[in-house]
Amino acid sequence: MRRARGHPAQCGKQRVARLARRPIVCESLAFLIHVRTVHIPDGFIDLKTAAVTTALAVVGIAIALHDVRRRLPPRRVPLIGLAAAFVFAAQMLNFPVAAGTSGHLIGAVLVCVLLGPAAAVIVMTTVLVLQCLMFADGGVTALGANVLNLGVIAPTVGYPVYVALRRIGPPGLRTLLLAAGFAAWCSTLAAALACAVQLAASGTAPLNLALSAMGGVHMLIGLGEAVITMLVVAVVARARPELIDGIDSGPISHRALLAYGGLATLALLVFVVPVASSLPDGLEWVAGRLDFAQQTTTVQSAPLDGYSLDVAAASPGMGTVLAGLVGAAVAFAVAWLVARALTPANRSPAPR
Amino acid sequence: MIRERLLSPYQHGASVLHRLPPGLKLGGALACILLVVLLPRNAWGLHLAIAAGLAAMAIASRASIRQLLLRLLLVEPLVIGIALLALLRPDGGLLFLSMITKSTLCLACMILLTATTRFSDILDVLRRLHVPALLITSVALTHRFMFVLVEEMQRMLRARRSRTFAEDRAASWSGSAQVAGRLFVRASERAERVYLAMCARGWER
Repeated sequence: MRRARGHPAQCGKQRVARLARRPIVCESLAFLIHVRTVHIPDGFIDLKTAAVTTALAVVGIAIALHDVRRRLPPRRVPLIGLAAAFVFAAQMLNFPVAAGTSGHLIGAVLVCVLLGPAAAVIVMTTVLVLQCLMFADGGVTALGANVLNLGVIAPTVGYPVYVALRRIGPPGLRTLLLAAGFAAWCSTLAAALACAVQLAASGTAPLNLALSAMGGVHMLIGLGEAVITMLVVAVVARARPELIDGIDSGPISHRALLAYGGLATLALLVFVVPVASSLPDGLEWVAGRLDFAQQTTTVQSAPLDGYSLDVAAASPGMGTVLAGLVGAAVAFAVAWLVARALTPANRSPAPR
Repeated sequence: MIRERLLSPYQHGASVLHRLPPGLKLGGALACILLVVLLPRNAWGLHLAIAAGLAAMAIASRASIRQLLLRLLLVEPLVIGIALLALLRPDGGLLFLSMITKSTLCLACMILLTATTRFSDILDVLRRLHVPALLITSVALTHRFMFVLVEEMQRMLRARRSRTFAEDRAASWSGSAQVAGRLFVRASERAERVYLAMCARGWER
Protein backbone atom coordinates (compact mmCIF):
# COMPACT_ATOMS: atom_id res chain seq x y z
CA MET A 1 0.00 0.00 0.00
CA ARG A 2 1.53 3.28 -1.13
CA ARG A 3 0.84 6.68 0.18
CA ALA A 4 1.85 10.17 -0.88
CA ARG A 5 4.70 11.55 1.18
CA GLY A 6 3.57 13.89 3.91
CA HIS A 7 5.44 16.41 5.97
CA PRO A 8 9.13 15.46 6.32
CA ALA A 9 9.01 15.23 10.12
CA GLN A 10 5.88 13.15 10.04
CA CYS A 11 7.42 11.02 7.37
CA GLY A 12 10.47 10.47 9.57
CA LYS A 13 8.26 9.47 12.49
CA GLN A 14 6.41 7.03 10.32
CA ARG A 15 9.65 5.61 9.07
CA VAL A 16 10.85 5.06 12.62
CA ALA A 17 7.56 3.39 13.50
CA ARG A 18 7.75 1.21 10.41
CA LEU A 19 11.37 0.39 11.13
CA ALA A 20 10.50 -0.66 14.67
CA ARG A 21 7.92 -3.06 13.30
CA ARG A 22 10.34 -4.74 10.93
CA PRO A 23 11.42 -8.16 12.14
CA ILE A 24 15.10 -7.47 11.61
CA VAL A 25 15.05 -4.56 14.06
CA CYS A 26 13.16 -6.61 16.62
CA GLU A 27 15.65 -9.39 16.11
CA SER A 28 18.67 -7.20 16.65
CA LEU A 29 17.05 -5.64 19.72
CA ALA A 30 16.39 -9.09 21.08
CA PHE A 31 20.01 -9.96 20.46
CA LEU A 32 21.12 -6.71 22.06
CA ILE A 33 19.31 -7.42 25.29
CA HIS A 34 20.17 -11.08 25.08
CA VAL A 35 21.74 -12.23 28.28
CA ARG A 36 25.09 -12.97 26.81
CA THR A 37 27.33 -10.92 29.03
CA VAL A 38 29.12 -14.12 29.92
CA HIS A 39 30.02 -14.78 26.27
CA ILE A 40 33.48 -13.25 26.15
CA PRO A 41 34.53 -12.00 22.68
CA ASP A 42 38.06 -12.07 21.25
CA GLY A 43 40.49 -9.48 22.50
CA PHE A 44 39.23 -9.37 26.08
CA ILE A 45 41.25 -12.29 27.38
CA ASP A 46 45.05 -12.32 27.32
CA LEU A 47 46.99 -15.33 26.18
CA LYS A 48 47.90 -16.64 29.64
CA THR A 49 44.30 -16.57 30.85
CA ALA A 50 43.15 -18.12 27.59
CA ALA A 51 45.66 -20.95 27.99
CA VAL A 52 44.75 -21.64 31.63
CA THR A 53 40.99 -21.55 31.02
CA THR A 54 41.30 -23.71 27.92
CA ALA A 55 43.30 -26.30 29.86
CA LEU A 56 40.69 -26.33 32.67
CA ALA A 57 37.86 -26.56 30.13
CA VAL A 58 39.56 -29.46 28.31
CA VAL A 59 39.96 -31.33 31.62
CA GLY A 60 36.30 -30.75 32.43
CA ILE A 61 35.15 -31.93 29.02
CA ALA A 62 37.42 -34.99 29.22
CA ILE A 63 35.88 -36.00 32.56
CA ALA A 64 32.39 -35.50 31.15
CA LEU A 65 33.17 -37.43 27.94
CA HIS A 66 34.59 -40.30 29.97
CA ASP A 67 31.50 -40.38 32.18
CA VAL A 68 29.09 -40.13 29.25
CA ARG A 69 30.85 -42.88 27.27
CA ARG A 70 30.70 -45.21 30.25
CA ARG A 71 27.15 -44.55 31.36
CA LEU A 72 25.18 -43.37 28.36
CA PRO A 73 23.41 -46.13 26.40
CA PRO A 74 24.04 -45.79 22.63
CA ARG A 75 20.41 -45.03 21.95
CA ARG A 76 20.74 -41.84 24.00
CA VAL A 77 23.63 -40.43 21.93
CA PRO A 78 21.41 -38.56 19.46
CA LEU A 79 19.60 -37.03 22.43
CA ILE A 80 22.75 -35.06 23.29
CA GLY A 81 22.79 -33.45 19.86
CA LEU A 82 19.07 -32.79 19.93
CA ALA A 83 19.21 -31.41 23.46
CA ALA A 84 21.89 -28.98 22.30
CA ALA A 85 19.68 -27.96 19.38
CA PHE A 86 16.86 -27.54 21.92
CA VAL A 87 18.98 -25.28 24.12
CA PHE A 88 19.91 -23.26 21.05
CA ALA A 89 16.26 -22.82 20.10
CA ALA A 90 15.10 -22.21 23.68
CA GLN A 91 17.70 -19.45 24.12
CA MET A 92 15.83 -17.55 21.40
CA LEU A 93 12.58 -17.47 23.38
CA ASN A 94 11.68 -14.11 24.86
CA PHE A 95 10.55 -13.74 28.44
CA PRO A 96 9.40 -10.10 28.69
CA VAL A 97 10.62 -8.34 31.83
CA ALA A 98 9.77 -4.63 31.61
CA ALA A 99 9.98 -1.72 29.21
CA GLY A 100 10.83 -3.79 26.17
CA THR A 101 13.66 -5.74 27.78
CA SER A 102 13.40 -9.46 28.01
CA GLY A 103 15.07 -12.34 29.79
CA HIS A 104 16.47 -15.42 28.11
CA LEU A 105 17.33 -18.91 29.13
CA ILE A 106 20.94 -20.04 29.53
CA GLY A 107 19.91 -23.60 30.21
CA ALA A 108 22.84 -25.23 32.02
CA VAL A 109 20.84 -26.41 35.03
CA LEU A 110 17.80 -27.20 32.91
CA VAL A 111 19.86 -29.68 30.88
CA CYS A 112 21.43 -30.96 34.11
CA VAL A 113 17.99 -31.76 35.49
CA LEU A 114 16.83 -33.35 32.23
CA LEU A 115 19.96 -35.26 31.18
CA GLY A 116 22.36 -35.37 34.13
CA PRO A 117 25.54 -33.37 34.74
CA ALA A 118 27.99 -35.09 32.40
CA ALA A 119 25.65 -34.90 29.43
CA ALA A 120 24.92 -31.29 30.37
CA VAL A 121 28.62 -30.42 30.08
CA ILE A 122 28.72 -31.92 26.58
CA VAL A 123 25.47 -30.25 25.55
CA MET A 124 26.51 -26.78 26.73
CA THR A 125 29.95 -27.20 25.14
CA THR A 126 28.31 -28.17 21.86
CA VAL A 127 26.09 -25.10 21.96
CA LEU A 128 29.02 -22.80 22.70
CA VAL A 129 31.26 -24.31 20.00
CA LEU A 130 28.48 -23.94 17.47
CA GLN A 131 27.74 -20.36 18.48
CA CYS A 132 31.41 -19.51 18.26
CA LEU A 133 32.21 -21.21 14.94
CA MET A 134 28.96 -20.49 13.14
CA PHE A 135 27.73 -17.19 14.48
CA ALA A 136 30.93 -15.55 15.72
CA ASP A 137 29.13 -15.27 19.08
CA GLY A 138 31.90 -15.53 21.64
CA GLY A 139 35.52 -15.32 20.60
CA VAL A 140 37.71 -18.11 19.28
CA THR A 141 40.56 -17.34 21.66
CA ALA A 142 37.99 -16.97 24.45
CA LEU A 143 36.25 -20.25 23.58
CA GLY A 144 38.10 -22.02 26.38
CA ALA A 145 36.98 -19.42 28.90
CA ASN A 146 33.37 -19.47 27.67
CA VAL A 147 33.23 -23.26 27.72
CA LEU A 148 34.75 -23.26 31.19
CA ASN A 149 32.23 -20.73 32.54
CA LEU A 150 29.00 -21.82 30.90
CA GLY A 151 29.79 -25.37 29.86
CA VAL A 152 31.74 -26.71 32.83
CA ILE A 153 31.33 -24.42 35.85
CA ALA A 154 27.62 -23.67 35.43
CA PRO A 155 26.49 -27.34 35.42
CA THR A 156 29.06 -28.54 37.96
CA VAL A 157 28.13 -25.80 40.43
CA GLY A 158 24.42 -26.17 39.78
CA TYR A 159 24.20 -29.95 39.95
CA PRO A 160 25.43 -30.54 43.54
CA VAL A 161 23.11 -27.78 44.76
CA TYR A 162 20.23 -29.42 42.91
CA VAL A 163 20.99 -32.91 44.23
CA ALA A 164 21.53 -31.71 47.80
CA LEU A 165 18.26 -29.78 47.89
CA ARG A 166 16.35 -32.71 46.43
CA ARG A 167 17.80 -35.06 49.03
CA ILE A 168 16.99 -32.71 51.90
CA GLY A 169 13.44 -31.80 50.90
CA PRO A 170 10.40 -34.08 50.90
CA PRO A 171 9.99 -35.99 47.63
CA GLY A 172 7.67 -34.38 45.15
CA LEU A 173 7.37 -31.85 42.39
CA ARG A 174 7.70 -28.87 44.71
CA THR A 175 11.11 -29.92 45.98
CA LEU A 176 12.22 -30.74 42.45
CA LEU A 177 11.27 -27.27 41.25
CA LEU A 178 12.76 -25.48 44.24
CA ALA A 179 16.02 -27.39 43.81
CA ALA A 180 16.18 -26.69 40.07
CA GLY A 181 15.42 -23.00 40.54
CA PHE A 182 17.94 -22.32 43.27
CA ALA A 183 20.58 -24.37 41.44
CA ALA A 184 19.95 -22.30 38.30
CA TRP A 185 20.52 -19.09 40.26
CA CYS A 186 23.74 -20.43 41.78
CA SER A 187 25.07 -21.62 38.43
CA THR A 188 24.36 -18.29 36.72
CA LEU A 189 26.12 -16.38 39.47
CA ALA A 190 29.06 -18.81 39.45
CA ALA A 191 29.52 -18.48 35.68
CA ALA A 192 29.37 -14.67 35.91
CA LEU A 193 31.88 -14.51 38.76
CA ALA A 194 34.25 -16.82 36.87
CA CYS A 195 33.91 -14.54 33.87
CA ALA A 196 34.68 -11.49 36.03
CA VAL A 197 37.80 -13.14 37.44
CA GLN A 198 39.02 -14.02 33.96
CA LEU A 199 38.42 -10.50 32.67
CA ALA A 200 40.23 -9.06 35.66
CA ALA A 201 43.12 -11.49 35.27
CA SER A 202 43.48 -10.33 31.67
CA GLY A 203 43.74 -6.71 32.79
CA THR A 204 40.43 -5.73 31.21
CA ALA A 205 38.77 -4.41 34.35
CA PRO A 206 39.77 -4.02 38.01
CA LEU A 207 38.89 -7.16 39.94
CA ASN A 208 36.68 -5.72 42.66
CA LEU A 209 34.59 -3.70 40.26
CA ALA A 210 34.34 -6.53 37.73
CA LEU A 211 33.23 -8.90 40.49
CA SER A 212 30.64 -6.54 41.94
CA ALA A 213 29.36 -5.39 38.53
CA MET A 214 29.06 -8.86 37.02
CA GLY A 215 27.92 -10.41 40.29
CA GLY A 216 25.28 -7.75 40.94
CA VAL A 217 23.84 -7.88 37.44
CA HIS A 218 23.83 -11.66 37.35
CA MET A 219 22.16 -11.99 40.72
CA LEU A 220 19.17 -10.38 38.99
CA ILE A 221 19.62 -12.30 35.73
CA GLY A 222 19.94 -15.48 37.79
CA LEU A 223 16.47 -14.86 39.25
CA GLY A 224 15.05 -14.83 35.72
CA GLU A 225 17.03 -17.95 34.85
CA ALA A 226 15.71 -19.66 38.00
CA VAL A 227 12.08 -18.86 37.23
CA ILE A 228 12.39 -19.90 33.57
CA THR A 229 14.13 -23.16 34.54
CA MET A 230 11.41 -23.94 37.08
CA LEU A 231 8.61 -23.22 34.62
CA VAL A 232 10.14 -25.43 31.92
CA VAL A 233 10.96 -28.25 34.35
CA ALA A 234 7.36 -28.10 35.63
CA VAL A 235 6.03 -28.45 32.08
CA VAL A 236 8.29 -31.42 31.29
CA ALA A 237 7.61 -33.08 34.66
CA ARG A 238 3.86 -32.87 34.08
CA ALA A 239 3.98 -33.95 30.43
CA ARG A 240 6.59 -36.70 30.61
CA PRO A 241 7.64 -37.42 34.21
CA GLU A 242 9.92 -40.23 33.07
CA LEU A 243 12.14 -37.72 31.25
CA ILE A 244 13.27 -36.17 34.53
CA ASP A 245 16.30 -38.16 35.67
CA GLY A 246 15.67 -40.37 32.67
CA ILE A 247 19.34 -40.95 32.08
CA ASP A 248 21.08 -40.53 35.38
CA SER A 249 18.65 -42.51 37.50
CA GLY A 250 21.42 -44.61 39.03
CA PRO A 251 23.51 -43.44 41.95
CA ILE A 252 26.37 -41.08 41.06
CA SER A 253 29.67 -42.88 40.69
CA HIS A 254 32.29 -41.98 43.29
CA ARG A 255 35.02 -41.34 40.76
CA ALA A 256 32.95 -38.88 38.79
CA LEU A 257 31.88 -37.22 42.03
CA LEU A 258 35.50 -36.96 43.11
CA ALA A 259 36.57 -35.55 39.75
CA TYR A 260 33.80 -32.95 39.69
CA GLY A 261 34.48 -32.13 43.32
CA GLY A 262 38.12 -31.51 42.53
CA LEU A 263 37.26 -29.30 39.59
CA ALA A 264 34.64 -27.43 41.61
CA THR A 265 37.15 -26.88 44.41
CA LEU A 266 39.63 -25.50 41.90
CA ALA A 267 36.96 -23.21 40.50
CA LEU A 268 35.90 -22.11 43.99
CA LEU A 269 39.52 -21.41 44.81
CA VAL A 270 39.59 -19.04 41.89
CA PHE A 271 36.37 -17.30 42.99
CA VAL A 272 36.34 -17.23 46.75
CA VAL A 273 39.93 -16.35 47.50
CA PRO A 274 39.97 -12.96 45.78
CA VAL A 275 36.58 -12.15 47.29
CA ALA A 276 37.17 -13.32 50.82
CA SER A 277 40.78 -12.23 51.04
CA SER A 278 41.18 -8.92 52.81
CA LEU A 279 44.48 -8.32 51.01
CA PRO A 280 44.16 -6.00 48.04
CA ASP A 281 46.18 -8.31 45.82
CA GLY A 282 44.05 -11.40 46.11
CA LEU A 283 44.22 -11.70 42.37
CA GLU A 284 47.98 -11.92 42.41
CA TRP A 285 47.74 -14.74 44.90
CA VAL A 286 45.44 -16.58 42.51
CA ALA A 287 47.68 -15.67 39.63
CA GLY A 288 50.63 -17.15 41.47
CA ARG A 289 48.57 -20.23 42.22
CA LEU A 290 47.70 -20.68 38.60
CA ASP A 291 51.29 -20.00 37.61
CA PHE A 292 50.76 -17.02 35.39
CA ALA A 293 52.04 -14.48 37.86
CA GLN A 294 54.64 -12.99 35.54
CA GLN A 295 52.07 -11.80 33.05
CA THR A 296 49.46 -10.52 35.46
CA THR A 297 51.77 -8.71 37.79
CA THR A 298 53.05 -6.60 34.93
CA VAL A 299 49.59 -5.93 33.60
CA GLN A 300 47.81 -5.66 36.91
CA SER A 301 50.14 -3.82 39.25
CA ALA A 302 49.71 -0.42 37.61
CA PRO A 303 45.91 -0.17 37.80
CA LEU A 304 45.84 -1.57 41.32
CA ASP A 305 48.46 0.88 42.53
CA GLY A 306 46.66 3.91 41.18
CA TYR A 307 43.33 2.51 42.23
CA SER A 308 41.11 5.53 42.68
CA LEU A 309 37.61 4.00 42.75
CA ASP A 310 37.55 2.69 46.28
CA VAL A 311 33.83 2.02 46.54
CA ALA A 312 34.15 -1.72 46.61
CA ALA A 313 37.58 -1.72 48.20
CA ALA A 314 36.39 -0.12 51.44
CA SER A 315 35.63 -3.46 53.07
CA PRO A 316 36.04 -5.89 50.21
CA GLY A 317 35.66 -9.14 52.11
CA MET A 318 32.66 -8.66 54.36
CA GLY A 319 30.55 -6.50 52.06
CA THR A 320 30.77 -8.87 49.13
CA VAL A 321 30.10 -11.96 51.21
CA LEU A 322 27.14 -10.25 52.89
CA ALA A 323 25.72 -9.19 49.52
CA GLY A 324 26.14 -12.75 48.27
CA LEU A 325 24.33 -14.19 51.30
CA VAL A 326 21.45 -11.73 51.01
CA GLY A 327 21.22 -12.46 47.28
CA ALA A 328 21.16 -16.19 47.92
CA ALA A 329 18.44 -15.80 50.55
CA VAL A 330 16.33 -13.71 48.18
CA ALA A 331 16.87 -16.22 45.35
CA PHE A 332 15.89 -19.10 47.62
CA ALA A 333 12.76 -17.27 48.74
CA VAL A 334 11.79 -16.49 45.14
CA ALA A 335 12.39 -20.10 44.10
CA TRP A 336 10.30 -21.33 47.03
CA LEU A 337 7.44 -18.95 46.26
CA VAL A 338 7.40 -19.87 42.56
CA ALA A 339 7.59 -23.58 43.40
CA ARG A 340 4.61 -23.14 45.76
CA ALA A 341 2.67 -21.24 43.13
CA LEU A 342 3.37 -23.88 40.51
CA THR A 343 2.30 -26.81 42.69
CA PRO A 344 -1.10 -26.21 44.27
CA ALA A 345 -1.84 -28.70 47.02
CA ASN A 346 -4.76 -30.34 45.23
CA ARG A 347 -2.65 -31.08 42.16
CA SER A 348 -2.04 -34.71 41.26
CA PRO A 349 1.14 -36.22 42.76
CA ALA A 350 4.38 -35.60 40.93
CA PRO A 351 7.24 -37.93 39.94
CA ARG A 352 8.91 -39.52 42.92
CA MET B 1 12.75 -15.38 6.10
CA ILE B 2 15.02 -13.12 8.03
CA ARG B 3 15.59 -15.58 10.83
CA GLU B 4 16.65 -18.27 8.42
CA ARG B 5 19.06 -15.95 6.69
CA LEU B 6 20.51 -15.16 10.09
CA LEU B 7 20.70 -18.80 11.03
CA SER B 8 22.65 -19.94 8.00
CA PRO B 9 25.74 -17.81 7.58
CA TYR B 10 27.05 -19.70 4.55
CA GLN B 11 26.63 -17.91 1.21
CA HIS B 12 26.91 -19.97 -1.94
CA GLY B 13 29.57 -18.92 -4.40
CA ALA B 14 32.49 -20.07 -6.50
CA SER B 15 35.12 -17.47 -5.75
CA VAL B 16 38.76 -18.22 -4.97
CA LEU B 17 37.94 -17.89 -1.27
CA HIS B 18 35.14 -20.45 -1.54
CA ARG B 19 37.37 -22.93 -3.34
CA LEU B 20 40.33 -22.84 -0.94
CA PRO B 21 40.67 -26.02 1.19
CA PRO B 22 38.69 -25.57 4.43
CA GLY B 23 41.62 -26.60 6.63
CA LEU B 24 43.70 -23.77 5.20
CA LYS B 25 40.87 -21.29 5.71
CA LEU B 26 40.25 -22.36 9.30
CA GLY B 27 43.98 -22.21 10.05
CA GLY B 28 44.28 -18.84 8.37
CA ALA B 29 41.35 -17.43 10.32
CA LEU B 30 42.76 -18.71 13.60
CA ALA B 31 46.19 -17.27 12.76
CA CYS B 32 44.62 -13.94 11.88
CA ILE B 33 42.64 -13.85 15.14
CA LEU B 34 45.70 -14.80 17.16
CA LEU B 35 47.70 -12.07 15.42
CA VAL B 36 45.04 -9.47 16.18
CA VAL B 37 44.84 -10.53 19.82
CA LEU B 38 48.62 -10.45 20.22
CA LEU B 39 49.20 -7.10 18.50
CA PRO B 40 50.13 -4.30 20.89
CA ARG B 41 47.19 -2.14 21.86
CA ASN B 42 48.43 1.02 20.17
CA ALA B 43 49.52 -0.49 16.83
CA TRP B 44 46.71 1.26 14.98
CA GLY B 45 48.46 1.06 11.58
CA LEU B 46 48.71 -2.72 11.70
CA HIS B 47 45.09 -3.01 12.80
CA LEU B 48 44.10 -0.84 9.86
CA ALA B 49 46.15 -3.01 7.49
CA ILE B 50 44.41 -6.17 8.72
CA ALA B 51 41.04 -4.50 8.36
CA ALA B 52 41.91 -3.53 4.79
CA GLY B 53 43.03 -7.09 4.07
CA LEU B 54 39.77 -8.52 5.43
CA ALA B 55 37.75 -6.00 3.43
CA ALA B 56 39.66 -6.94 0.25
CA MET B 57 38.96 -10.62 0.90
CA ALA B 58 35.29 -9.89 1.53
CA ILE B 59 35.07 -8.15 -1.81
CA ALA B 60 37.00 -10.94 -3.53
CA SER B 61 34.63 -13.55 -2.09
CA ARG B 62 31.70 -11.78 -3.85
CA ALA B 63 29.56 -12.45 -0.80
CA SER B 64 26.79 -9.98 -0.07
CA ILE B 65 28.53 -7.22 1.87
CA ARG B 66 25.19 -6.17 3.34
CA GLN B 67 24.72 -9.62 4.86
CA LEU B 68 28.22 -9.62 6.30
CA LEU B 69 27.76 -6.18 7.85
CA LEU B 70 24.36 -7.18 9.23
CA ARG B 71 25.87 -10.15 11.03
CA LEU B 72 28.64 -7.95 12.36
CA LEU B 73 26.10 -5.42 13.62
CA LEU B 74 24.14 -8.12 15.39
CA VAL B 75 27.05 -9.30 17.51
CA GLU B 76 28.63 -5.89 18.05
CA PRO B 77 26.38 -4.88 21.02
CA LEU B 78 27.68 -7.83 23.02
CA VAL B 79 31.24 -6.67 22.43
CA ILE B 80 30.46 -3.11 23.47
CA GLY B 81 28.62 -4.40 26.55
CA ILE B 82 31.71 -6.12 27.86
CA ALA B 83 34.04 -3.35 26.73
CA LEU B 84 32.11 -0.94 28.95
CA LEU B 85 33.75 -2.69 31.89
CA ALA B 86 37.09 -1.29 30.70
CA LEU B 87 35.76 2.24 31.13
CA LEU B 88 35.64 1.58 34.88
CA ARG B 89 39.40 1.81 34.91
CA PRO B 90 41.02 5.17 35.44
CA ASP B 91 42.69 5.19 32.00
CA GLY B 92 40.08 3.10 30.26
CA GLY B 93 39.25 5.25 27.22
CA LEU B 94 42.04 4.09 24.97
CA LEU B 95 41.74 0.52 26.25
CA PHE B 96 38.03 0.61 25.41
CA LEU B 97 38.72 1.73 21.83
CA SER B 98 41.48 -0.79 21.24
CA MET B 99 39.37 -3.65 22.62
CA ILE B 100 36.45 -2.80 20.38
CA THR B 101 38.80 -2.61 17.39
CA LYS B 102 40.38 -5.95 18.18
CA SER B 103 37.11 -7.79 18.77
CA THR B 104 35.52 -6.29 15.68
CA LEU B 105 38.43 -7.47 13.55
CA CYS B 106 38.20 -10.98 15.02
CA LEU B 107 34.43 -11.02 14.49
CA ALA B 108 34.85 -9.89 10.88
CA CYS B 109 37.38 -12.65 10.32
CA MET B 110 35.05 -15.35 11.70
CA ILE B 111 32.08 -13.99 9.78
CA LEU B 112 34.07 -14.07 6.55
CA LEU B 113 35.16 -17.64 7.28
CA THR B 114 31.63 -18.88 7.95
CA ALA B 115 30.26 -17.02 4.92
CA THR B 116 32.65 -18.82 2.58
CA THR B 117 33.01 -22.24 4.24
CA ARG B 118 30.33 -24.85 4.82
CA PHE B 119 29.96 -25.82 8.45
CA SER B 120 30.21 -29.51 7.58
CA ASP B 121 33.63 -28.81 6.01
CA ILE B 122 34.81 -27.16 9.22
CA LEU B 123 33.58 -30.19 11.18
CA ASP B 124 35.48 -32.45 8.77
CA VAL B 125 38.69 -30.57 9.52
CA LEU B 126 38.04 -30.93 13.26
CA ARG B 127 37.42 -34.66 12.81
CA ARG B 128 40.75 -35.04 11.05
CA LEU B 129 42.35 -33.20 13.98
CA HIS B 130 41.15 -36.05 16.26
CA VAL B 131 38.59 -34.12 18.25
CA PRO B 132 36.62 -36.80 20.20
CA ALA B 133 34.02 -38.45 17.96
CA LEU B 134 31.18 -38.04 20.47
CA LEU B 135 31.71 -34.29 20.49
CA ILE B 136 31.81 -34.11 16.67
CA THR B 137 28.70 -36.28 16.39
CA SER B 138 26.76 -34.09 18.76
CA VAL B 139 27.90 -30.86 17.10
CA ALA B 140 26.94 -32.27 13.69
CA LEU B 141 23.55 -33.44 14.96
CA THR B 142 22.97 -30.09 16.62
CA HIS B 143 23.82 -28.29 13.42
CA ARG B 144 21.48 -30.54 11.49
CA PHE B 145 18.52 -30.23 13.85
CA MET B 146 18.95 -26.68 15.09
CA PHE B 147 17.04 -25.34 12.11
CA VAL B 148 14.36 -28.01 12.46
CA LEU B 149 13.80 -27.27 16.12
CA VAL B 150 13.84 -23.49 15.66
CA GLU B 151 11.23 -23.89 12.95
CA GLU B 152 9.17 -26.18 15.16
CA MET B 153 9.40 -23.64 17.96
CA GLN B 154 8.26 -20.86 15.63
CA ARG B 155 5.28 -22.96 14.58
CA MET B 156 4.34 -23.49 18.21
CA LEU B 157 4.77 -19.80 18.98
CA ARG B 158 2.63 -18.85 15.99
CA ALA B 159 -0.06 -21.27 17.08
CA ARG B 160 -0.05 -19.82 20.57
CA ARG B 161 -0.10 -16.24 19.30
CA SER B 162 -3.04 -16.97 17.05
CA ARG B 163 -4.99 -18.31 20.02
CA THR B 164 -4.23 -15.64 22.61
CA PHE B 165 -5.92 -12.27 22.42
CA ALA B 166 -4.20 -9.99 24.90
CA GLU B 167 -1.40 -11.44 26.92
CA ASP B 168 -0.20 -10.23 30.29
CA ARG B 169 3.34 -10.84 31.43
CA ALA B 170 2.68 -13.87 33.62
CA ALA B 171 0.72 -15.58 30.86
CA SER B 172 3.48 -14.87 28.38
CA TRP B 173 6.12 -16.36 30.71
CA SER B 174 4.17 -19.53 31.33
CA GLY B 175 3.29 -19.70 27.64
CA SER B 176 6.94 -19.44 26.57
CA ALA B 177 7.84 -22.04 29.18
CA GLN B 178 5.12 -24.31 27.79
CA VAL B 179 6.66 -23.94 24.35
CA ALA B 180 10.14 -24.70 25.67
CA GLY B 181 8.97 -27.71 27.67
CA ARG B 182 6.98 -29.18 24.80
CA LEU B 183 9.91 -28.52 22.50
CA PHE B 184 12.14 -30.61 24.74
CA VAL B 185 9.59 -33.44 24.82
CA ARG B 186 9.37 -33.35 21.02
CA ALA B 187 13.17 -33.20 20.72
CA SER B 188 13.57 -36.29 22.88
CA GLU B 189 10.96 -38.13 20.83
CA ARG B 190 12.75 -37.08 17.67
CA ALA B 191 16.03 -38.32 19.15
CA GLU B 192 14.54 -41.81 19.43
CA ARG B 193 13.55 -41.74 15.77
CA VAL B 194 16.94 -40.35 14.75
CA TYR B 195 18.64 -43.17 16.63
CA LEU B 196 16.60 -45.77 14.76
CA ALA B 197 17.38 -44.06 11.45
CA MET B 198 21.08 -43.92 12.31
CA CYS B 199 21.11 -47.63 13.18
CA ALA B 200 19.30 -48.46 9.95
CA ARG B 201 22.12 -46.70 8.10
CA GLY B 202 24.83 -48.67 9.84
CA TRP B 203 25.94 -46.18 12.49
CA GLU B 204 28.24 -47.54 15.13
CA ARG B 205 29.46 -45.76 18.17
